[in-house]
Amino acid sequence: MSPLISRGFGGRRRRDVDASRIPPGQYVTDDFPVLSAGPTPSGSLDTWTFSLTGAVDEPTSWSWEELLALPSEEIRTDIHCVTKWSKLDTAWRGVSVDILLEGVDTTADFVSAFCDGGYTTNLPFADVTDGQAWVAYEFDGGPLDPVHGGPARLLVPHLYFWKSAKWVQGLELLDHDEPGFWETNGYHNRGDPWKEQRYWSD
Amino acid sequence: MERLETRAPLTWRVATVARLQPETPSATTLILDVPEWPGHLAGQHVDVRLTAEDGYQAERSYSIASAPQDLHLAITVERIDDGEVSPYLTDELRTGDQLELRGPIGGYFTWEAAGGGPLLLLAGGSGLVPLMAMLRHRAAATSDAAATVLVSARSWEDVLYRDELATHDEHGVTVRYTLTREQPPQWAGWAGRVSAEMLRELGADRPEPLHVFVCGPTGFVEHVADLLVQLGRDPHAIKTERFGPTGGS
Repeated sequence: MSPLISRGFGGRRRRDVDASRIPPGQYVTDDFPVLSAGPTPSGSLDTWTFSLTGAVDEPTSWSWEELLALPSEEIRTDIHCVTKWSKLDTAWRGVSVDILLEGVDTTADFVSAFCDGGYTTNLPFADVTDGQAWVAYEFDGGPLDPVHGGPARLLVPHLYFWKSAKWVQGLELLDHDEPGFWETNGYHNRGDPWKEQRYWSD
Repeated sequence: MERLETRAPLTWRVATVARLQPETPSATTLILDVPEWPGHLAGQHVDVRLTAEDGYQAERSYSIASAPQDLHLAITVERIDDGEVSPYLTDELRTGDQLELRGPIGGYFTWEAAGGGPLLLLAGGSGLVPLMAMLRHRAAATSDAAATVLVSARSWEDVLYRDELATHDEHGVTVRYTLTREQPPQWAGWAGRVSAEMLRELGADRPEPLHVFVCGPTGFVEHVADLLVQLGRDPHAIKTERFGPTGGS
């Protein structure tokens, strides 16, 4: 179906952004909207942990201080939310999932990120390795705000941002795919913004 | 939960504007004819796509205001003055115009009459829209679920669906208002931002289970959801939907 022309609609293209960086159906915003399914959790850093569980030779977990002691990197990236906004050149600091997986013996093909509050999201193992995913704890040079997923969130910027699970507490490594919260509520299983995989039938 | 995969794929459909209904100085309801609309649940939303003559497109999401039982699909659009899509929908669109939409979207922030009550609905500004779909669904289904709605708006003239809310009030729904910026003379409702006292008065601190839905701008939702958790409500039983300053533009 060729798109219907909207009579009298001119649109307001942003001349100050490179259109090749904007996936289909997205628009660029300068602020940082918040989208979550429930209240923002308020956990203590003293009891915070990040764990690798499931199909691993031995489950591993890190305390907050242990996570901060791991080699971190600065990530400058564009992010794309399924609700249509994109934000360019966001600056994060976090630990690469590759570092967390170092020395872990696994045959997993998928992971399920699990979070404070019970949220889960599923990803192919291949989408969280090879420098594509981080556990991020700083945004714009400061601690990550709880409304944006602090103390730490997953950062998987090449997929729609619901995959970058807020308040992340670990990855369950799986030999099978296990659709997560939004994935069982009508959203796409993988969520590639460049293929506009927003909803289950896309 | 109904398996969404058994439903029709989310393809773009052409909707025709059957009627435009101004709601407040800044909000208009679009009453739409959508051929072969697959049906929806109260609380879901649609994506609207506009295309300029040169092919440029803009997409935004809008909550559905109508009940699943209603003849037409309705969305209520709040104009964001510097927005790209909402001023077109509220100011430029005319009866008989067509636009593309797809949906329904979202399987979480929904309520069905079969799920029963009691319902506690907390709306900030145009966050009332999906909650109104729930009240309309409750009425259309002749549900006797207890329902309480708190509407927070800047002023009385900013309150969406005022007359219709009054009729729900006569049919077993408790409707309360708080006006944050400006109150009419002899205003008998609440004033200021939502407080723990207001929520207590609405029964939010009672131990029995409640279906709680909170929708509004981010600041409103964060504030209200925090108060509800402090009052002892189970965070898992508080469903929220937030929109930022650009979220609905």
